[in-house]
Amino acid sequence: MDNIVIIAVTALGGLGLIAAVILYFIASKFKVYEDPRIDEVEEALPSANCGGCGFPGCRAFAEATVKEAKENKSIEGLNCPVGGNDVMQEVGKILGLEIEQQAPLIAVVRCNGSKTNSPAKINYEGATSCAFAHALYSGEGGCQYGCLGLGDCVDACDFDAIHMNPETGLPVVNDKCTACGACVEACPRDIIELRKRGPKERRIFVSCVNKEKGGPAKKNCAVACIGCGKCEKVCNFDAITITSFLAYIDFEKCTLCRKCVEVCPTDAIWEVNFKPRKPKLPKVDATSTKEVTTGKKVVETAPTENSKQEQNKEGVPKEENKE
Amino acid sequence: MNMLTVSGSPHIHGDESTKKVMYGVVYAMIPAMLVSVYYFGLNALRVLLLATAAALFFEWLIQKYLIKGPVTITDGSALVTGILLAFNVPSNLPSWMVIVGALVAIGMAKMSFGGLGKNIFNPALVARVFLLISFPVQMTSWPKPHAIINGLTDAVTGPTPLGIVKEGLDAGKTMSELTPELPNYLQELIGQMGGSMGEVSAIALILGGLYMIFRKIITWHIPVSMLLTVVVFSGILWGVDPEHYADPVFHLLTGGMLLGAIFMATDMVTSPMTRGGQLLFGFGVGLLTILIRIWGAYPEGVSFAILLMNAVVPLINRGFKPRRFGVKPGVEIKTS
Amino acid sequence: MTGRQKTFTLGGIHPEENKLSANAPIEVLPLPKQAIIPMGQNLGAPSKPIVNRGDLVKVGQLIAEAGGFISANIHSPVSGKVLKIDNVPDASGYKRPGIVINVEGDEWEESIDRSVEIKEEIELDGKEIIERVKEKGLVGMGGATFPTFVKLMPPPGKVADYLLINGVECEPYLTSDHRLMLEKGKEILIGTKILMKALKVKKAVIGIENNKPDAINHINELAKGYEGIEVQPLKVQYPQGGEKQLIKAALNREVPSGKLPIEVGCVVQNVGTAYAVYEAVQKNKPLIERVVTVTGKAVRKPSNFMVRVGTPVQELIDAAEGLPESTGKIVNGGPMMGKALTSLEVPVVKGSSGILLMQESESRRKPESPCIRCSKCTYVCPMGLEPFLLAKAAKVGRFDIAEKELVMDCIECGSCQYTCPASIPLLDYLRLGKSMVGAIIRNRKK
Repeated sequence: MDNIVIIAVTALGGLGLIAAVILYFIASKFKVYEDPRIDEVEEALPSANCGGCGFPGCRAFAEATVKEAKENKSIEGLNCPVGGNDVMQEVGKILGLEIEQQAPLIAVVRCNGSKTNSPAKINYEGATSCAFAHALYSGEGGCQYGCLGLGDCVDACDFDAIHMNPETGLPVVNDKCTACGACVEACPRDIIELRKRGPKERRIFVSCVNKEKGGPAKKNCAVACIGCGKCEKVCNFDAITITSFLAYIDFEKCTLCRKCVEVCPTDAIWEVNFKPRKPKLPKVDATSTKEVTTGKKVVETAPTENSKQEQNKEGVPKEENKE
Repeated sequence: MNMLTVSGSPHIHGDESTKKVMYGVVYAMIPAMLVSVYYFGLNALRVLLLATAAALFFEWLIQKYLIKGPVTITDGSALVTGILLAFNVPSNLPSWMVIVGALVAIGMAKMSFGGLGKNIFNPALVARVFLLISFPVQMTSWPKPHAIINGLTDAVTGPTPLGIVKEGLDAGKTMSELTPELPNYLQELIGQMGGSMGEVSAIALILGGLYMIFRKIITWHIPVSMLLTVVVFSGILWGVDPEHYADPVFHLLTGGMLLGAIFMATDMVTSPMTRGGQLLFGFGVGLLTILIRIWGAYPEGVSFAILLMNAVVPLINRGFKPRRFGVKPGVEIKTS
Repeated sequence: MTGRQKTFTLGGIHPEENKLSANAPIEVLPLPKQAIIPMGQNLGAPSKPIVNRGDLVKVGQLIAEAGGFISANIHSPVSGKVLKIDNVPDASGYKRPGIVINVEGDEWEESIDRSVEIKEEIELDGKEIIERVKEKGLVGMGGATFPTFVKLMPPPGKVADYLLINGVECEPYLTSDHRLMLEKGKEILIGTKILMKALKVKKAVIGIENNKPDAINHINELAKGYEGIEVQPLKVQYPQGGEKQLIKAALNREVPSGKLPIEVGCVVQNVGTAYAVYEAVQKNKPLIERVVTVTGKAVRKPSNFMVRVGTPVQELIDAAEGLPESTGKIVNGGPMMGKALTSLEVPVVKGSSGILLMQESESRRKPESPCIRCSKCTYVCPMGLEPFLLAKAAKVGRFDIAEKELVMDCIECGSCQYTCPASIPLLDYLRLGKSMVGAIIRNRKK
């Protein structure tokens, strides 16, 4: 009995020892030097592996930053949108570099062709894929630039930050958005754009990407940008440009003065998270919450439309609660 | 005018549907059902009704309250599972065991994988093996076939032909000594022998199989390759030593061989997708069946063989691809 | 013909034929009031307009030039005034460049021979034929609209020894090629001769499916007078009209994966193209009209029309005694590979072989249910692919798998989706996979 125990222990121990020696030699022979800072940077990153930085995963981004820092003494152009400034400062500290503050961004859906604004003329049947539908036809409402509503952006989001609103058939971005840009990539019609979050989450943007002339655009959608140019004229900061019948607001130049919102004849320009304007009409009663949040729209659009638009606005209900 | 519909081509669809496929299988099982009721009487009817009702009920329960998705019990797949389960148990099985079997088949083997089309193993067979291992006594007490026209007396139980051979050979007897105890070929063909409810009558099963091939629900590949393997393999053994190995026809007609080959191994969900893969699958099932029958602890091995081969189906699907148009066989497909 | 009927060997289906308009002779449709001529009528680059707003044009006058090597000229199908050069909606509802002409009279270019006499003698030599075919804006009339002249110029090192004329018309409902063969048989054969001369091939085979015995007999009878042309009856099976399938069926040659028919010495042209070649070469007439079938179960008068390109679909339907109340889908082409239209304002283009009006009840897809892994899609795939696997790969974004499993070989015939018992939109996902993998491959080459 004792004999067996001794044999077993010696055999296994011997095997282990031999294996250990072999492993030691292999490990030392094929050793690869790796900058320990890569691990540190990776540690600091959010490990979402979303690819928002343009690299396949956080490790690759960490390697790239360390390499850049070593070669150029700067990691300009490399940014982790998910981690934001805090994480990039952390990364900067590890690498001993000063990192410039970046303005935080958020994904913005630039289409308001909801089921009421752009009623369906055609019935689509087929794969639930915007990419496929985009290749097949122009869209249920007839707008060849507008949202197809099949949710490729929702599928692309790793952060649970974009969802379809079943009532409007349009995607809605919430506060969880990290501006990784996956939805921007996924959208076959380039409707989603990354824009500055703005002070107190306030943003103004043109919620339309239709490049058609006014007539045809308006035919398919009640809230299309018709390229009339009123906003361009009223803007004092050269922030608005019109190319092929479509207005675009440069968020770097925009001062959020809200003049353009007032003049837009089709309500294509949106303001988000602003305090109420001074009411043009005397306040009716406290139930008119829409007025509190989105001033002008209340006056100009039907109540049903309002509730839809309200749902589209990111963070609006939250504001309401605060007040 | 109606609102125009836009969709990708094709704009027409053939007549086939999951429902039609499943009910086609049910129709194909009718002869075997009738035979089982004929030989095993009201008890068989009880097991059949109970198994199907329980299978449908559990599918409904799970889809409605656990998955909280759409309920699709009318598509016929649970019906097929229920009937196959009934076919795979003796007719005198206690009712509660039948219900447990249905729960295992639907809940464990089918729904836990995600429902129709996603299960790896044949649900009815999982239930059968579960019952066989959990309740070996009840699962192996086979009522003697007793034609219903001869009155509704209680059936006597006895071993299956395979059981007789297994025990006899283990006890040192030879095949020629055992032959008188066994049913003759004609009895085996029409189903006058002990066994599970659905497996006894070769003719009824073959009839169902031909119907399914005619309706293009199954192809010949799996049954033929499986049965051929059995014949060849058992034939070799029998040729070497006819006193210690049963003949190939006996192997073909007894036990769950035909039921397995026609209804269980051909289950679309759990069998390979290509012809080549199906031939290999059938070969594997046939080989394992004979191995288990002759050298295994159980007298019958079809269920185990099919389940074992079910497990390697994903591998077979990877290895066996259809013949591609314009690609020479054996030439590595290069991706530019 | 004795022995086993020829057909292709891999996969295939046999949908209900429904050739409702097979006995309706080709009628010439009256001129439209307005012709809408989209610039993207062919595979490849869209054409470029060379007329201006307000110009007066004649029938057959060049109004748009080829926009690249793989592109085609467009000639005015009508005479009148150019109303505008603007974006016009195409079949899928996208607005794309096009020319709109207000029809005034019917004044033809003088160079076009409008006599009805059949001209047998081929005066041009091979090079001139190709030049003529190119100049007259000919494209494949079967639906793919690939510029014809490109196919007549085999790449260096490749030689064609067989010309195949595709008279298969395997799509259900459509009868335009069938009627053309019955009524313009002689022209088709001369067109075939012309194509043979251009390609320098000695042998040509006209493939016709067995469900058109009258066409087989007619062409067979006529072909006796033309050396080297043979008629090959084929067993009815879809998609026999696919180039690769037709070559396999008629000549038992298999085009290698990812290659063109010229690889096995074949060039395939549609009978409609052969007819257009005859007209272009012998009569100097550009491709400005074609035969279009208007059909459907509820259509009062299923017909075949000789239509000028640019005629709005609405006018064809009116000529077939109106749009049935029950219409739920309008398909440009056959039911297997045609494209669903978004409106009736879109015009007939060079590639329109038929207008199929489907009833509301037929036009809806059956609800999708889970895959039961029956692998029927694999059995019917004429390219030997595994549609269930490719569709799944495309759906979950595994385009690497889709590429490895040869998604690019898919000919989009739709047999898989037609057969699927679970009514899964397999081809939708296959198309998605093809476009994504195509983009990946193009990016890789850059």
